[in-house]
Amino acid sequence: MKNSENKGGNEEIASLPPSTDSAIELKNITKRFGHVVANSDVNLKVRTGTIHGIVGENGAGKSTLMNILFGLYKPDSGMIFLNGQAVDVNSPEKSIALGIGMVHQHFMLVPTFTVLENAMLGNEGSMLLRSGEEVVLDRLKGLSNNYGLDVDFEAIISDTPVGMQQRVEILKALNRGAKILILDEPTGVLTPQETIGLFDILRSLREQGVTIILITHKLKEIMSITDTVSVMRGGKVVANFSTEKTSPEELAENMVGRKVLLSIEKPTLKVGKPVLEVKNVSHESKDGVLVLKNISFDLKEGEILGIAGVAGNGQSELLDILSGIETLQIGQITVNDKTILPFQDWNSKKAREFGVAHVPEDRHKRGLVLPFYNYENSILGYHRNENYSSGFLMDKRKILNFVDDLVENFDVRPRSSSISSGKLSGGNQQKLVLAREIESNPNILLVGQPTRGVDIGAIERIYEDLMKLKSKGTAILLVSVELDEIMSLSDRIVVMNQGTIVGETNSSNATELDLGKMMSGLEQV
Amino acid sequence: MLESFQIIISLLDSTIRIATPLIFCAMAGIFSERSGIIDIGLEGKMLLSAFVAATATFLTGSPVFGLFAAILASCSASLIHGFACITNKGDQVISGLAINILASGLTITLGIALFSRGGQTPPLASEQRFMPIDFPFLDQLSFVPVFGELFVEVISGHNILVYLSVLAVFFTYYVIFKTRFGLRLRAVGEKPEAVDTAGISVIKMRYQSILIAGMLCGLAGAYLSIAHGAGFGREMSAGKGYIALAAMIFGKWNPIPTLFACLLFGFLEALGVRLEGVELIWIGEVPVQVMQALPYVLTVVLLAGFIGKARAPGAIGVPYSKEG
Repeated sequence: MKNSENKGGNEEIASLPPSTDSAIELKNITKRFGHVVANSDVNLKVRTGTIHGIVGENGAGKSTLMNILFGLYKPDSGMIFLNGQAVDVNSPEKSIALGIGMVHQHFMLVPTFTVLENAMLGNEGSMLLRSGEEVVLDRLKGLSNNYGLDVDFEAIISDTPVGMQQRVEILKALNRGAKILILDEPTGVLTPQETIGLFDILRSLREQGVTIILITHKLKEIMSITDTVSVMRGGKVVANFSTEKTSPEELAENMVGRKVLLSIEKPTLKVGKPVLEVKNVSHESKDGVLVLKNISFDLKEGEILGIAGVAGNGQSELLDILSGIETLQIGQITVNDKTILPFQDWNSKKAREFGVAHVPEDRHKRGLVLPFYNYENSILGYHRNENYSSGFLMDKRKILNFVDDLVENFDVRPRSSSISSGKLSGGNQQKLVLAREIESNPNILLVGQPTRGVDIGAIERIYEDLMKLKSKGTAILLVSVELDEIMSLSDRIVVMNQGTIVGETNSSNATELDLGKMMSGLEQV
Repeated sequence: MLESFQIIISLLDSTIRIATPLIFCAMAGIFSERSGIIDIGLEGKMLLSAFVAATATFLTGSPVFGLFAAILASCSASLIHGFACITNKGDQVISGLAINILASGLTITLGIALFSRGGQTPPLASEQRFMPIDFPFLDQLSFVPVFGELFVEVISGHNILVYLSVLAVFFTYYVIFKTRFGLRLRAVGEKPEAVDTAGISVIKMRYQSILIAGMLCGLAGAYLSIAHGAGFGREMSAGKGYIALAAMIFGKWNPIPTLFACLLFGFLEALGVRLEGVELIWIGEVPVQVMQALPYVLTVVLLAGFIGKARAPGAIGVPYSKEG
């Protein structure tokens, strides 16, 4: 392994005098939050008119660094140079005046305002809105045409798709004269088509001399659009590359700090008897739409069955029924030889008693109570277990002992039982949920979108845990919209489209192309 | 026929008199809450400024001076509220409640200490108050049927603060919806992060908003003690601040609908006073408490069933903090 700690050298950059062709230069930036060092002695240099990528895992300090550059946070030490001039960016007001614009990961738009009102906020053109609107609208229309930023100025933000909201954010920055544009995880909320559109916009901005910093953890995107890239880890810039001269593997290695196995070793295991049988299950949603039609499949011990499909084709409803959240309406489910009939007493408590554990698709909505502490979240759903309670009262000491082991064994960071789960990164929240469900010793595990919003290091760990569980003989039902994930984890794959199973295949002979066709409903197998 | 017309005229006349402090306070509430700060301290600010207006007027003999003193007092209370919940990110409801309790106790204590009249201030002479203004051409107009009567009895003949309250509604509407300041104020109440990242200080915006609210509450208080009344009486705000708050929610934080809500509540109170001790067919005598409760009951019923959900500003009640 090539150690890139000093490659492209932090020291080298630091020792150079600020050069005039770099739009941005950060020198020795350090920022602490309490005891946590978010940025430690960071140096960064971005040439004018280029797209510079910053990659790193969640919590590597990317967003903090950008918030410092944008004036939202004050650095504890360090200097910022813009176009070779030392500047003091102590507020967003100042940074905007210096020509820096930022598109935040969570959009900074007023949901009840129109697109125009949002785009003009902060640079309204006049004391009175009516006269200001005329001036600003002209300017915005010009920018919109220039860069292909297609928006509907009259629309209310909360009614517009996220893709348009993002274009409004970019317009807002340009309206205030941004020459440097920072985009924080811009593609997380976009569909592939919208991402292509965004990149076209960024390219045309670059052509007109705008300097762009793109923060992401998607390596594919770095490779396709950036000119140069910096890797951050643990609050430091650990490597700088010219994009042409690097590879996704090299970037991943620097992000995580060790070689990352992007492929998975599947334990060869002979599958046992079926533990979950689903027969002719249909389901009608509250709006009277038939969301599941005649679903039948079985799941065997030691097997991972992947359910592939574009989001919203009935997978969520299927998980809800199997986990006892929704009532079974039509059909029959057999769980470990116990049969559940329609409208029978079937709920999530019962599901747990029958040995079904569930990692929900939306961990914020269903997996965790975010303000709760880790130790509270670690026993949610299992709080009746006599290990944790003596009748009416919870036994906090036992719970803490259990959770201390849990966070250790499943590598939940920070390793604390008494931090509120909302403060964990997405990956660590997911590890916590997975840990809780695995620790209940299920013989069926339902998993929905296990790696949504989870960084590479945590993904690797989650896959490992799933494989370990499989080799213990647990049957796993994996629902995911990530085709790569389905293909690399599953033994068998069924594809869902519009509430029906349109195909089944063995994962060893599945190709992405075939699955894609089935997912789009073009082909039945 | 003529008599019932007279009754309606006098009902409308008292509706306007009763609604005036509600209107000032409700507009104050709109400024404050549109910027994200819950203001249940309207009541306390009004009470405090009523006391200060009466006291200052009595001591100086000038109602104009009294008015400014009232505004100053009310703005000070706003600043206390702001210091507690904008600067120090305290709970806005608790802080507002504290202001109400403080005003209630302070006005009585100071009143007794200063004047030894059981908490009241000495009565003010006519020239120490804002007196009714009669419009020109009244004599000629009074001969015009219906309209003339309406003009003479209902529109004309109020003190200057009544007319100012109507202006306050249009002022509020104009500032909030037509100016840059208003755009930023609404934004700060819906999504303060958006304002902060646009390079505008959230703290400053919110302080400005509550100071405007303070001024409007000061006018409401001055109206009670040196225009409508001739001196301060203990607890003279009598829950009007809360009714104004109800009217504001009823009007969905919009000035014009809120004006009508204030007038409606004013009308109900006027009707209540009118019906006191009057035997109604089938119903009999309505207890005065029932009439007093009507605005609240009406708010709950109408909000629950008829007007649809009132959507409060998105960030209301949430202190703004940048880092975590």
